[in-house]
Amino acid sequence: MLEARYRTARALPLARTALPEGQRSGILIQPAVAEGRFSLRVRDPAAAAGGLPLDRPINTLAGDDRCWIARLGPDEWLIGTAEAEADHRAAAVAADLAGRAHALVDVSHRNVGIDVSGARAAVALNAGCPLDLGEAAFPAGSATRTLLGKAEIVLIRRPGDAPRYRVECWRSFATYVHGFLTEAALGAGPEGRVRPQ
Amino acid sequence: MAQPFRLSRGGRIDRTRPIRFTFNGRDVHGFQGDTVASALLAEGRHLVGRSFKYHRPRGILSHGSDEPSALLSVDRGPGRIDPNNRASVVEARDGLKTRSQNHWPSLEHDIGAVNDLLSPVFVAGFYYKTFMWPRKFWDKVYEPFIRAAAGLGKAPTEADPDRYANRHAHCDVLVVGAGPAGLAAALAAARTGKRVILADEQAEPGGALLHETRAEIDGRPASDWLAATLADLDARENVILLSRTTVFGYYNHNHVAMAERVTDHLPNASGTAPRERLWQVRAAEVVLAGGSHERPLVFADNDRPGILLAESVRVFVNRYGVAPGRRIVFATSGASAYTAALDAKAAGLHVALVDLRPEADCGPELRQLRAAGVEVLTGHTVIGSKGAKRVTGLLVAPVGSDGRCGGHRLLPCDCVGMSGGWTPAVHLFSQSRGKLVYDAELDAFVPGTSAQAERSAGSAKGTYDLAACLGEGYAAGAAAAGSAERRAFTATPTATGFLPVRAMPTDANPTKIRAFVDFQNDVTAKDIKLAVREGFHSIEHVKRYTTTGMATDQGKTSNMNALGIVAGQLDKALPGVGTTTFRPPYTPVTFGALVGPARHALFDPIRTTPIHGWAEAHGALFENVALWRRAWYFPKPGEDMHAAVARECAAVREGVGIFDASTLGKIEIVGPDAAEFMNRLYINPWLKLEPGRCRYGLMLKEDGYILDDGVVARVAPDCFHVTTTTGGAARVLAHMEDYLQTEWPDLQVFLTSTTEQWAVIALQGPKARAVIAPLVEGIDLSPEAFPHMAMRTGTICGVPIRLFRVSFTGELGFEINVPADQARAVWEAVYAAGEPYGITPYGTETMHVLRAEKGYIIVGQETDGTVTPDDVGLAGMIAKAKKDFVGKRSLSRPDVVAAGRKQLVGLVTEDPKRVLDEGAQIVADTDQPIPMTMLGHVTSSYWSPNCGRSIAMALVADGRALQGSTLHVTTPEGFISVTVVDPVFLDPKGERINA
Amino acid sequence: MLLIACPHCGNRPETEFRCGGQAHIARPTDPAALDDAAWSEHLFVRANPRGVHAERWCHVHGCGRWFNALRDTVSDRFIETYPAGAEPSRSPDLQTRA
Repeated sequence: MLEARYRTARALPLARTALPEGQRSGILIQPAVAEGRFSLRVRDPAAAAGGLPLDRPINTLAGDDRCWIARLGPDEWLIGTAEAEADHRAAAVAADLAGRAHALVDVSHRNVGIDVSGARAAVALNAGCPLDLGEAAFPAGSATRTLLGKAEIVLIRRPGDAPRYRVECWRSFATYVHGFLTEAALGAGPEGRVRPQ
Repeated sequence: MAQPFRLSRGGRIDRTRPIRFTFNGRDVHGFQGDTVASALLAEGRHLVGRSFKYHRPRGILSHGSDEPSALLSVDRGPGRIDPNNRASVVEARDGLKTRSQNHWPSLEHDIGAVNDLLSPVFVAGFYYKTFMWPRKFWDKVYEPFIRAAAGLGKAPTEADPDRYANRHAHCDVLVVGAGPAGLAAALAAARTGKRVILADEQAEPGGALLHETRAEIDGRPASDWLAATLADLDARENVILLSRTTVFGYYNHNHVAMAERVTDHLPNASGTAPRERLWQVRAAEVVLAGGSHERPLVFADNDRPGILLAESVRVFVNRYGVAPGRRIVFATSGASAYTAALDAKAAGLHVALVDLRPEADCGPELRQLRAAGVEVLTGHTVIGSKGAKRVTGLLVAPVGSDGRCGGHRLLPCDCVGMSGGWTPAVHLFSQSRGKLVYDAELDAFVPGTSAQAERSAGSAKGTYDLAACLGEGYAAGAAAAGSAERRAFTATPTATGFLPVRAMPTDANPTKIRAFVDFQNDVTAKDIKLAVREGFHSIEHVKRYTTTGMATDQGKTSNMNALGIVAGQLDKALPGVGTTTFRPPYTPVTFGALVGPARHALFDPIRTTPIHGWAEAHGALFENVALWRRAWYFPKPGEDMHAAVARECAAVREGVGIFDASTLGKIEIVGPDAAEFMNRLYINPWLKLEPGRCRYGLMLKEDGYILDDGVVARVAPDCFHVTTTTGGAARVLAHMEDYLQTEWPDLQVFLTSTTEQWAVIALQGPKARAVIAPLVEGIDLSPEAFPHMAMRTGTICGVPIRLFRVSFTGELGFEINVPADQARAVWEAVYAAGEPYGITPYGTETMHVLRAEKGYIIVGQETDGTVTPDDVGLAGMIAKAKKDFVGKRSLSRPDVVAAGRKQLVGLVTEDPKRVLDEGAQIVADTDQPIPMTMLGHVTSSYWSPNCGRSIAMALVADGRALQGSTLHVTTPEGFISVTVVDPVFLDPKGERINA
Repeated sequence: MLLIACPHCGNRPETEFRCGGQAHIARPTDPAALDDAAWSEHLFVRANPRGVHAERWCHVHGCGRWFNALRDTVSDRFIETYPAGAEPSRSPDLQTRA
């Protein structure tokens, strides 16, 4: 169900300040700006909808930073768009799926994004995420629902060689998730004899 | 002279970097690279603690993590006091304050030592035997006394100020232990390019190579080979080499836990660095190369300070440049102590060696040691030791082939190095559920059948020869990495082999001597024999009865001797006795490491709504509801909770209240079969509900009991907006997904949680419509156009909303579903619009009172997982025409239809001011004998400002038939009488809702 | 912590999953047709084998899909995971069919 969207100033739960500690440890944690997000559910999908591919493997990401689509399960996708494009993109997806049983639910306000980047970003994430984030197991373009400490998150690794991750969590978990990542960045050092992977 | 027992040369310590710490308040000098143990020994201090039970003087037994006796309290500053640290593990550093434990008033003069004189009393099972009678003494006399006397060390009392980190990691090959076998394994695995983690518990990787001054590997000194190998590993990007990291737990599917000590050894750690880091490693393959433990010899008074393990003497001499004594007697039943004796001799110390083995059974080590000018007595036993707080002599005697002891001879000494052979460290293998097998040749349990993807190498597997350890380690590392590569190493032969001995032969009356098996728990050979005689034949029972193998060292040095004594006493072979279960952790782990970052604000997620900040600013107090913090009530200055709730309740009934209902669970149910899906899950009918209408839905589990409830709006023919209870949101969604995926996969329905997409602002009270009317656009709010239980979409202050006309208070009410990021702005606008009407924010307490006045149930308060719709008077909601829904069949189960079920009723007290306790039990007759027949319990109870009296709801057996009768409810002061009434206390006709 | 092969996501740690008990117990198509004994059997009676057990698991903190698994309750070894509604490829002697 789509509704008329009101997209003036949204009061996000996290302030957008990067942490100096994070920079020092080679881990940058930055809450994302307001974005559009949609949960798409459809069985037997078309190859694409609204210009976004639906035929990619589960746990992969397609698109770019401005508009991305993460396949989280056999019939589930999470779509992220720039705020200004959200209504247009959602309408395009819905139009392409007309006639197919599907659900396109606006979750822009449910989800909160936190960008984690830097050479040791994976180390900070692995403080609470039990997945193998090595190059082979979780390369650029990966996306999955998983856990960070006691919170459920969607973890996305953006395309490109540099480690850039997006952590998506539910709004009321954002303070915890952000605090967890900040603490993880502090606990990620010193190196000792541990070398970055 | 400082450090009188420091050797003039040798060791891996850095003599250019002196350090200073304190022991019992006195300065101890050492060098960078020392442990607390090696620095104390360099000062000539052996007495470092009192034993657990007998308060006997104890010294340092070992150089490693198996140390049972030298347990110190380590003070690293305020809040950083840690008891029970092994002196042999704690790295000496500037500023450390260490203290001995388990004595009063001082280490030298300990009153508790009287226990030593009473030792005939403190036999195995002493507590069990002594404190049985009289039984009533247990609580007041025995237990407090035992609690005061028992325990190792003192727990810290201040909060731990340190940071603890957590790290999940994955690798192809995890190598445990960086001794020769582990290094070779890591090297072989690393060369394949696979991801390798090599973890070692010591400050420096190298294991036995760190004190190997004699052997050569591949034609160069072992220390050179070590340095080259470490440099090789360190240069590889695919290797993580972790020192000070103890692999302490081996769990399912190669999930391995390790504790890394990051900063304890640094005098000036960086402000943010964690003290410890818990590694949770998932390894494709594991190589266990954790080495082996030396066994003490069991003879009378083998626990005197100055008596060490033989290899530990070697370690202190070679690695730390410390002489544990000037005149050392080695006592052994095997070959390895000869190497220790050679090294001690080479360091310029006076050395003698006593070997239980007859001359003919000794290997080339005998000739070699004699050639070095050392006196060796073969075929000799140790009768006992002399001395008090330090050993002064060893009493030895020849043993004939008949086992008889000959004439005693006293060997004067200030240090004894004893060796009863070696025990492979099979702890982690056993934790992995691998099956141990007994190898008679090695007199040891060694890894047998694996249960997980792991393999052992080196002395952890019973391979003691250096070249063999290297080759075996290399092969294991290669195989773990999927390579068949092998490498042959050449190395100086290692003196190996020993004669298994449980207790040294003696001519003394064995009941009169104390020959310690477990040094930490003060368990003697005599205690173990007594336990067996008293009928404890299982090794697990012997362990618990005598405490052998318990506490911080878990019997690393003692277990094989204890097993052997039990086997001997039972006249069984060792495998017949078996071993006790090896459980994590391998060595003690701090609570901090296990807790990691999960404390304070990160202990649990604290969920707050978008309105939270406003509520805080308006003085709300909060209560925990699941993980949520909800506004509880909003006291004005001078108000207590009672006054605040009374004011809030009145405001809603007379004017208008505003309430944050954002925590309600919300699920968007979409698809052509959405109505059919709803029909199957809820007891109500859904097919004919029109879009724009709401219905209160009730959902059961298959057993017929209420799972959850909530208002559901039909947004469109193929779309429902479902609400759930706050605590039930995740449970309900999971319940729905389960049925959808596994029972009805043919239904075209999709479920999406929108709990946090929509914030919910509830406006309740006769003036609610007037407040929002100027703000809402696109919705006709008139009662005719927008009746009770309707839902409309429109905007408020320009923000798109789903507006529900619903009530959980019995008043005219609206619930504004607004996108979360705009909720605060809308809330503030509504609040401002309401101020002329006296709009009053209210919290969960008022919400509870208002709904109770109306007899509305709360799932989880009126229900407890055993309550049916009929029990709470909601049977009328059941769609009679529906053939089936989840839980329907169970509503005709015999126990569900039987008479006597507890039913929801109202209770009013005789004294209207008296508020009952929730959970209080209800009886019919207070004169009946105990145990009384309990009819039910109070589920909700409040002071109702609107009724002007207390009200309560209760579940009472056959309660509906008891209306008007008097029952009795427990209170802390006794029973009080109540009258059973209908649970609707206010506006029974429900007229207020149409205001 | 177990390592469980989700049919959609591959090996994932146990904390991402929820176990749903014994598998292959279909809800009767017409519960009303069952007598009390048969209904209580369906509701309450479950196998508790020492050995291979067919279980329901949900990758709740992953793809969210329910699936089935054969697990050895003694060794905790997973023999196979397979989609809900399907049968295992192997035909273990399922003591679970009580």
